Amino acid sequence: MFSFLVRRFLQAGLVLLIVGFVAFSMFNFVGDPIDNMLGQEASQADIERLRSVLGLDQPFVVQYWKFLINALDGNFGISYRQGRPVAEIIAERAPATLELAAVSGLFAITGGIVLGIFTAIRREGFLANFIMTVSLIGVSLPTFLIGILLIYLFSVELDWLPSFGRGEVVDIGGWSTGFLTASGLKALILPSITLGLFQMTLIMRLVRSEMLEVLRQDYIRFARARGLSERAINFRHALKNTLVPVITVTGLQLGSIIAFAIITETVFQWPGVGLLFINAVQFVDIPVMAAYLILISVMFVAINLLVDVLYVAIDPRLRS
Amino acid sequence: MTLLAIQDLSVRAGDLSLVDGVTLDVGAGEVVALVGESGSGKSLTALSVMGLLGDGLTIESGSITLGEANLSGASASVMSELRGNEIAMIFQEPVSSLNPLVPVGAQVAESLIVHGRATAEEAKAQAIDMLRQVGIPEPESRARQLPAELSGGMCQRVMIAAAFISKPRLLIADEPTTALDVTIQAQILELMSALTTETGTAILLITHDMGVVAELADRVCVMYGGCVVEQGPVDTIFAKPRHPYTRMLLNTLPRLDEEPKGELFAIPGNVPSPQDWPSGCRFQTRCDRPTAACFERPELQGDAHRFACFHPTGVAS
Repeated sequence: MFSFLVRRFLQAGLVLLIVGFVAFSMFNFVGDPIDNMLGQEASQADIERLRSVLGLDQPFVVQYWKFLINALDGNFGISYRQGRPVAEIIAERAPATLELAAVSGLFAITGGIVLGIFTAIRREGFLANFIMTVSLIGVSLPTFLIGILLIYLFSVELDWLPSFGRGEVVDIGGWSTGFLTASGLKALILPSITLGLFQMTLIMRLVRSEMLEVLRQDYIRFARARGLSERAINFRHALKNTLVPVITVTGLQLGSIIAFAIITETVFQWPGVGLLFINAVQFVDIPVMAAYLILISVMFVAINLLVDVLYVAIDPRLRS
Repeated sequence: MTLLAIQDLSVRAGDLSLVDGVTLDVGAGEVVALVGESGSGKSLTALSVMGLLGDGLTIESGSITLGEANLSGASASVMSELRGNEIAMIFQEPVSSLNPLVPVGAQVAESLIVHGRATAEEAKAQAIDMLRQVGIPEPESRARQLPAELSGGMCQRVMIAAAFISKPRLLIADEPTTALDVTIQAQILELMSALTTETGTAILLITHDMGVVAELADRVCVMYGGCVVEQGPVDTIFAKPRHPYTRMLLNTLPRLDEEPKGELFAIPGNVPSPQDWPSGCRFQTRCDRPTAACFERPELQGDAHRFACFHPTGVAS
């Protein structure tokens, strides 16, 4: 187990290096930050001076190297646009995104597993077929459209839920949380559904097909032959076997929840890192973009690691 | 005393008749072998008794009784009360028949717990006892292992333990040794024979292996094309088979007490699929003595030894 973890950490480090490298090589194409910073009135000398102060006149490999050295110190540079340390800006914004991702992830997993089991067990039933049909909408509608439809229905027409922002937040030791106020919780509902709906339908369809496959296995027939009730067969014998492959996909999907948050945050003007990133792209704020990409890849890698450990916890065959 | 009585059982899938008028009984403590090639309807007959026919398969007619209980009309809850209690069944593939993620001891103990016959603690102790009885060494530690950590033969012993732990009156064994090595087969047959003598459990043994029949069975019931073609005591059937199909089945066995006479015998042709079953005697397409009479359906005749043929073997024709 220990050597497995060490190997995993080394692989993770390699992945992060490559992600950073690719990201940096792309920053050369998104535009020139100097234009945005100095405006059109600046003289050529000013431009050159600022370029060399920021180190932008050096080849990107050198820029990348400096970024890595500083990042190891926890220093992600100064935002070109806000003039504040990037680490500070991201730390301010991260709670909003993480809370949104956590709630929509929870929604996707519980909803997906419960509905998946239901549609597998009652596969002939009217309600199960109805859910399956509706789920097609979930997988085929783009996220921003779902967000806009939800805003139209619940904010504009019914006026039940806020259409943008986080509501009131409470600051606890530098972590601003929306979980503790009524308006914060209400503000979470629509963005979480928007962000999690696609993942939920995906997990649901996966759980359903896995469960149907498992229910055809010999050991289910032998469990019936021992007189077990349908309930015991479905939940004691089939569910566990269903979850093994579901965990992998679910883990990967959780990573993409954080990545897809960019769109949802834009639709709902959610003050998280996704919105920060979109604004940074418009301004060619390289330090912010680089730090964001590294943050996202750290999360992906961490989730994958967690999935591998969970695998071992659920499937005892992997323990030897 | 008759324990299991199957009367005129027919099973169909849609329009297709798969089991056609099977009548069969098993006495208390008796071992009855149900013999036939693949597709003869023997497994479907057994699954009908268990109430475990798959989707799309229905019992069209006939009755099944176990002691006093009527199984063919029983509700799902009555059936699951009987399964793993009065009747148990073991299957052909021992490894895939055990849940890969549940320790084997728990799978053995389960039927006692779900039927409320023991608490979790008692059931665990009984399961370890039962594993010891079926010849699993160090049952305490084996009980905690998963099926993947056990060999195929061990898994079959576990399955037998799970079936016998509830001391059923009837055990249905669907090709229990087919997936195992020959050396293990003999051990498993011995084990089953010892357990039946000890517990008085009757066995309906499904097999296509006449060697297994000779080893274990008291009576034989030969099926072909969804029908019973011959049944009787094992000695009589082996010594004087009357149906040509039975005789050919027996001829496929190489004999140790005779010099080999060239090639091993194989029954000519293939088992026809249900939609191609001929009317009248189902075996006419592969029989070595069919006549015009065989276009009629032969009825089972005889008393202790019954057969369905117009031109039985062992009679000058």
